[in-house]
Amino acid sequence: MAESKAQPDKSVLVEMYRKMALIKHNDEHARKAIMSGRLPMIYYSPRGQEVIPSAVSVCLNKDDTICTIYRGTHDMLAKGVPLEALWAELAGRATGTCKGKGGPMHITHPESGCMVTTGIVGSSMPIANGLALASQVRGDSKVTVAYFGDAASNIGAFHEALNMASIWKLPVVFVCQNNRYGEHTKFEKATAVERISDRATAYSMPGVHVDGNDPLAMYEAARTAIDRARAGQGPTLIEAVTFRFYGHVFGDADGYMDKAEKEAAMAADPVPRYRQWLIDQGYASDAELTQLEADYDKRIKAAIDSALEAPWPDESELYKDVFAADTSAA
Amino acid sequence: MTKTTTLQALNAALHQAMADDPSVLVFGEDVADPEEGGVNGLTKGLSTQFGEMRVRSTPISEQAIIGAAVGVAMAGMRPVAEIMLMNFMTVAMDMITNHAAKLRFMSGGQTAVPLTIRTATGGGYGTAGQHADYLEAWFAHTAGLKVVTYATPAEAAGLLTSCIFDDDPCIFIENFPTYGLKGDAPEAGYRIPLGQARIAREGDDVSIITYGPQVAIAEAAASQLAEEGVSAQVIDLRTIVPWDRETVLNAVAKTGRAVISHEAVKAFGVGAEISAVIHEELFGDLKAPVQRVGAPSCAVPYSHPLEKAFVPDAAKIIGAVRGITG
Repeated sequence: MAESKAQPDKSVLVEMYRKMALIKHNDEHARKAIMSGRLPMIYYSPRGQEVIPSAVSVCLNKDDTICTIYRGTHDMLAKGVPLEALWAELAGRATGTCKGKGGPMHITHPESGCMVTTGIVGSSMPIANGLALASQVRGDSKVTVAYFGDAASNIGAFHEALNMASIWKLPVVFVCQNNRYGEHTKFEKATAVERISDRATAYSMPGVHVDGNDPLAMYEAARTAIDRARAGQGPTLIEAVTFRFYGHVFGDADGYMDKAEKEAAMAADPVPRYRQWLIDQGYASDAELTQLEADYDKRIKAAIDSALEAPWPDESELYKDVFAADTSAA
Repeated sequence: MTKTTTLQALNAALHQAMADDPSVLVFGEDVADPEEGGVNGLTKGLSTQFGEMRVRSTPISEQAIIGAAVGVAMAGMRPVAEIMLMNFMTVAMDMITNHAAKLRFMSGGQTAVPLTIRTATGGGYGTAGQHADYLEAWFAHTAGLKVVTYATPAEAAGLLTSCIFDDDPCIFIENFPTYGLKGDAPEAGYRIPLGQARIAREGDDVSIITYGPQVAIAEAAASQLAEEGVSAQVIDLRTIVPWDRETVLNAVAKTGRAVISHEAVKAFGVGAEISAVIHEELFGDLKAPVQRVGAPSCAVPYSHPLEKAFVPDAAKIIGAVRGITG
């Protein structure tokens, strides 16, 4: 664990773990639900990347906003999207966050600040700029975080968005979760820089390269960037290095992955490692954390059960929410 | 009545909308006054009056422009983003069709994107293949976008104002040949409800359904046809999505004949949809098959005679009408 200049107090340290544990357990249940055939769905597992949004989210206020991507349940849960509505949406039910009309790749929950989940690589950043622009014009001190992966930094929209955020000093933080693979292609093969954070130089903003699996280092990077954005000093690009444990889309054969690299990453699983650190440092007891995890298990199971019993959306939903006024079946 | 050009009417409508509602923002390439209020001067004066917090010249970054418009609109503001030319919309298609158009539906109605994109186009200026396309069918084919254009200065102002204050994403198409066109000035804050067509000219024998700069061409065609004893009605759709089915179908039910004309390429165009609906709804009432007039399936050509042959003119509309009234 990195020594941190700005080590947070105990409640924040434990809160980060609570979020990490929620994400990890939720992911385990999601994979189980798919494997058992109980809930077939398209799913991009965030397992292994729990630390990043957990550390970011403890630095955000409830009314701060995020834009995330298809591999984004960790970002959503960390920001506070409720389990029941999330699972109902994953199951395509009328009680889901989006009435079953968005699904796993488009979870939206403005109440918790989750404004956009996009299925298009590179599209979270330009929209995050707009949310940040609203905050700037209104002077309401809100901050927006754009989450995206390493491959998204090779898309034109990334460069357009960072340039615009910089010239306008928008209150936005760009959090690149570099999980070493873009779909099936290794980072090195697709990206011309060793560090994505170096690309910040081209847009005259701070570029921070951080171990995204180290909660204290990640917290410090997020805290600094979010404070800076809130103070009107402009955007930051954070490159948080991490690893995805379960491939691109869950169920792919992983044949493109370096076996040794994957095994080493999984052996260094950041969630149990941080758990042990909290216990060793006396911030939490094993019993407390075991209780917390058991509680999450129960809540997630209940959310899945109730999601699968919830009603399907009515066919009339095809003609609602296309425009502000309902359209007709004609 | 005071006269105005379309350019002046649109400029005045933007000033009025910004004065009426502090959540209206304007941004796009060159739109602020230090950059001369746009290449045509259409946004002149806005940044001086309302400040560069609300009126911003942007980098040449169409994805970032529309992305910012989507986000700021989701946060409850009413951005008017300018994409200088309609062909440049292609650079921002992800933001327009995957995001602006779909976020309301995909979020189950939790988020709205009340943005307006102003964009200009039109043949006749020797700008060739990448500066003069009419791409309205692309946007009409994506559920969730409203598509609007106009034929007169007052209507331009009235429709733009309605787009700005509409709760859905609107594509407002400006037509180069109309910028200098003079007409009656509208009252401040004038609005025309979206989705309502206008009968531009009454007639009994055939309905010419059109929009944008083709309205004036269709009116000229109708005048000439009148001399031949053919009474042609001209319907200006004004709103392409949602189009005014009721007005069109009622009109064609009476005349029994229809010609649809647009400057866009004819194949797979807006005219195909309207023609199909007329045939589906009014087959028994039709005295002749519905005809379409549009550009040929090629890029907008450069050479003057080729360009003249490309953009549908009154003669082509007259030819189509003669074919079904003869």
